[in-house]
Amino acid sequence: MTTMREIETWSVTQIAERVASGDVAAEQVAEAFLDAAARRDTTLRAFLSLDHDRVIDQARAVDLARRAGRPCGPLCGVPVAVKDALCTRDIPTSCASRILHRAGRAWLPPYDATAVERLRGAGAVVFGKTNLDEFAMGSSTENSAFHPTHNPWALDRVPGGSSGGSAVAVAARMVPGALGSDTGGSIRQPAALTHTVGIKPTYGRVSRFGLVAFASSLDQVGPFANDVRGAARILEVIAGRDPRDATTADTPVGPIEGACGQDVRGMRVGIPDEYFGEGIDGEVARRVREAIDALRDAGCIIVPVSLPHTRFAIATYYVIATAEASSNLARFDGVRFGFRSTPERGDLTAMYGSTRAKGFGVEVRRRIMLGTYVLSAGYYEAYYLKAQRVRTLIRRDFEQAFRNVDVIVTPTSPTPAWKLGEKLDDPLAMYLADVFTLPASLAGVPAISLPAGFTSATAQRPMLPVGLQIIAPPFAESNLCRVAAAWEARNPARNALPPIVAQP
Amino acid sequence: MTSPAISRDQVLHVARLARLDLDDLDIDRMTQELGAILRYVEILSEVDTSSVEPTAQVGVSRLPLREDVRTDGLPRDVVLAEAPCTSHDGFAVPAFIDE
Repeated sequence: MTTMREIETWSVTQIAERVASGDVAAEQVAEAFLDAAARRDTTLRAFLSLDHDRVIDQARAVDLARRAGRPCGPLCGVPVAVKDALCTRDIPTSCASRILHRAGRAWLPPYDATAVERLRGAGAVVFGKTNLDEFAMGSSTENSAFHPTHNPWALDRVPGGSSGGSAVAVAARMVPGALGSDTGGSIRQPAALTHTVGIKPTYGRVSRFGLVAFASSLDQVGPFANDVRGAARILEVIAGRDPRDATTADTPVGPIEGACGQDVRGMRVGIPDEYFGEGIDGEVARRVREAIDALRDAGCIIVPVSLPHTRFAIATYYVIATAEASSNLARFDGVRFGFRSTPERGDLTAMYGSTRAKGFGVEVRRRIMLGTYVLSAGYYEAYYLKAQRVRTLIRRDFEQAFRNVDVIVTPTSPTPAWKLGEKLDDPLAMYLADVFTLPASLAGVPAISLPAGFTSATAQRPMLPVGLQIIAPPFAESNLCRVAAAWEARNPARNALPPIVAQP
Repeated sequence: MTSPAISRDQVLHVARLARLDLDDLDIDRMTQELGAILRYVEILSEVDTSSVEPTAQVGVSRLPLREDVRTDGLPRDVVLAEAPCTSHDGFAVPAFIDE
């Protein structure tokens, strides 16, 4: 008899195989994770909504189909949590914003996002909607209009963001996998801060249909999982051309999971100096260097590379992303869905102004203002067009580097998780936390973050997770997973569990 | 002391463009915070981009066109279901033209 405690530590692929073979029922798996969430999420607060009955119903449907002899997909009976920025049909979707709340509940989308639809088609159980920074704008999940989410490795610290809820749901074994979205690091940085695996796919790899848009030229949907293989499998399921998103690529989705476990001897791994300079925590740098040494021992060829425009990435990103956000968020106007504020005396314009001022939180208002300013007459060339030109140079840095290497390895975040509240009053300090994830976003190339061990415990801070980032050329997610799996297999800390899971 | 990167009046103007009713406290705070961010963004002026084309989107060389055939949208009742205010099978908004 399998116990619930065993099930919650299984990986995505283990669950899919055991449910498909009949070793365990999807319903038993669902019960195990619902039980884990019931015990831990009152403390961690990773979920914005979790409907017990809906989860059980989906699991029973998987079991029925399997017993009837129907083939079950690659995610057979696997519970997958979904960031609340992705539309789920008839399931509340709020983007952690008041502007999508009315009459005591969040907006009910009339359709599923393509990524969610494909999860269901692969036999997954859509588990619950996870917390985020409002409209995915933030690096700590503290900008949620509802509540912050706590890092399971240190409850007084942030889990990173914006997909902090999905990262924590996986880190605390409340699900084996989850979906997030990454615009400037929103999957990779929380994965790094919580000892989980997260992939930002190539721009165009995964459909954005049904992902509430933040910055359309940067947004990508991607997976979290408790191991590389699990993240790779979810990515294979959600990837591929979608007629409802014209920017999705026709490029065939090669074997991504199949690359896990392949020999890495002779692979060329680039190390950019620019990612190990000023501002990086000494222990973060050490853990990343140790991972690089292990890859060398595994037969990789370590090569220095240069990405000279790295230091311009933050400024470039915050001009381009806010410009796109100010346009995308114009649709929240109190007319078609969500919250409306009608001033007693006033016309349509007054309704817009009041609805948007009350409905959006402070960081969203700040970014709409910045984006509107950089697009306004007289400033467009100096800021927006300038940033787009620098984006070209950042892209070329990667093109140049990838002529000589198969992947680039860096730290994911310059520091481990910081304390809740620490950067909340300093927007610029919060933006600087994304320094290592923004360049790959601007270049549109895929990147993974996976555990690289922990900082040592000191009087100032407990042991905290460190993330390793691997970046590959466009559509070379197989390179990412091949190198990532090689390091994962050699990482002595790969099976570490946070205190809330290890000592219930 | 350098001149502020953005003035209070400019912030007010941008708030009107963005359809955000900010109160005086918000405007003051926003002036200071946007100023700090814009001063940081000035770093971009160090980069010579005189012969560099802008990048609007990566990897999208050609946007495909779909077949020019009619597709059905969502049914009217579904579209209106989440609206804060409806009237005569449409979205209702406050009056914005004089009678």
